[in-house]
Amino acid sequence: MALALSTEKLTKTYSNQLKALIGVNLKVEKGDFFALLGSNGAGKTTAIGIICGLLKSTSGSVEINGLDQKAHVNKIKGMIGLMPQEFNFNPHEPNIEILINQAGYFGIARTEAKIQAEKLLKKMELWDRRFDVAQSLSGGMKRRLMLARALMHEPEILILDEPTAGVDVEIRQSMWLYLKQLNKEGVTIILTTHYLEEAESLCRNIAILDKGELIEQSNMKKLLLKAKHQVLIIESIDKLPENIAIENCNCEIIDDHTLQVFQGESTSISDVVLALSTQNINVSHLRSAQNRLEALFLSLTN
Amino acid sequence: MWIAYKTIVVKEVLRFSRIWIQTIIPPVITTSLYLLIFGGLMGSRIGQMQGIDYLHFIVPGIILMTVIMQSYSNTVSSFFMTKYNNSFEELLVSPTPNWIILMGYISGGVARGFCVGLAVTFTISFFVEIRPYSFSILIATFFLTSVMFSLAGFINGVFARTFDDVAIIPNFVLLPLTYLGGMFYSIDILPSFWRGLSTFNPIFYMMDTFRLGFLGIGSIELWKAFMVPLVMILLLALIANYLLNRGVSIKTE
Repeated sequence: MALALSTEKLTKTYSNQLKALIGVNLKVEKGDFFALLGSNGAGKTTAIGIICGLLKSTSGSVEINGLDQKAHVNKIKGMIGLMPQEFNFNPHEPNIEILINQAGYFGIARTEAKIQAEKLLKKMELWDRRFDVAQSLSGGMKRRLMLARALMHEPEILILDEPTAGVDVEIRQSMWLYLKQLNKEGVTIILTTHYLEEAESLCRNIAILDKGELIEQSNMKKLLLKAKHQVLIIESIDKLPENIAIENCNCEIIDDHTLQVFQGESTSISDVVLALSTQNINVSHLRSAQNRLEALFLSLTN
Repeated sequence: MWIAYKTIVVKEVLRFSRIWIQTIIPPVITTSLYLLIFGGLMGSRIGQMQGIDYLHFIVPGIILMTVIMQSYSNTVSSFFMTKYNNSFEELLVSPTPNWIILMGYISGGVARGFCVGLAVTFTISFFVEIRPYSFSILIATFFLTSVMFSLAGFINGVFARTFDDVAIIPNFVLLPLTYLGGMFYSIDILPSFWRGLSTFNPIFYMMDTFRLGFLGIGSIELWKAFMVPLVMILLLALIANYLLNRGVSIKTE
């Protein structure tokens, strides 16, 4: 499979000697929906900054669609759409102008840009606010505006840095659907997010950065299989007995009707339910205490 | 590439047009006051300067001062604000070459200098009859002056970290240089030491040429007067382009 993005020994040391990236080798296939995860300060935004040409790397190389970034700076910039983490538009400018100007910087004529802006503003449910200045929008609306702006030149690679932070559940769901649709249409999407369930539900491949180093890069499903231990929250209609035992598991009673089970490696969820059933405990509700990816992420970054 | 250039220019023109109360009205009021106080009230007591009625004599200087201040202010404030609200990243992630970005901002400065200069000239026409000596000299001087000061403003914008940094140069450097560049007087009336010192002030050359274009009186040769801003433009353009290419104050090191 051809690569949309490839970094080789990418290193960034800031002038204050902070090592933000240390020899990162990142591979993202064309058409992938890729999650780039890491705690605050792990180096995600630095990596994105270098890929998009906002920052200079200290050493190492970046290739986009097989083109060396240093040799084809402007061509590569035309291939990437960036939705950054921080709001970075002129807050006093009307929303539609922000989009049209962005298209102009990418060489798209104003008449063509107006059509594209209308399409995207309608998609982002911002069409009614097109003549309002950006500062009058809510946080979630500003995020959607930035997504629309990133899509104005129809990029091959879309980089989303915390796209749904501050966005309400309903809009978040519709943004997910739209991103999935874009990905189906062939757009490679690289996503950083703190909502790990977002990464789990959207992305096929994943990389985890920790203190500037790439500690994991894998297929999402394969990685989730590594999540051997799971904490289950089990609720019962009946009052729970004082002593509950499940083989290979640790049990902790939270309250009269709620039990926490630390699932052992060789124990399946059916084993847990069966063991409880033999102790006359009827499970009315069962859920994972933690998202699987979240548990794995914490174990890897710790 | 040219679409990107056009986009930056249109954006800049819309920006200063939207805030016309801040950008166009104050120079018009200042001009009226200058003409009223220095020209109307004091001018009649001063009499003539270089054989010209004093009110007429100061008109080119007032217009050129407006062009200088407005061209400079436009680029310094616009570029500083894009840094301040991070919207310069919109350009950084795009394939727009740095020299196009620079040209776009400079053209924005020239456009504001032209618009406000025109508004001021229109205001002046209520006080004195305007009958220029040479349109071509006027246009050439206006163009060179506005390009030069737009470039200087851009460089100031690159280095500016606070709002104070944006205001320091116009107030403490540009304004004194404009006044000392012969805005209200001919340097011929100065003692020889101060006259010699004035020749180191680039604004003096532009002021003199602009007055030549307006009134037909000048102290220095035309080619020399044009050479000074041309050399300055070349120098400032090289510096500005170098700063952009290095990403000074726009890319974290």
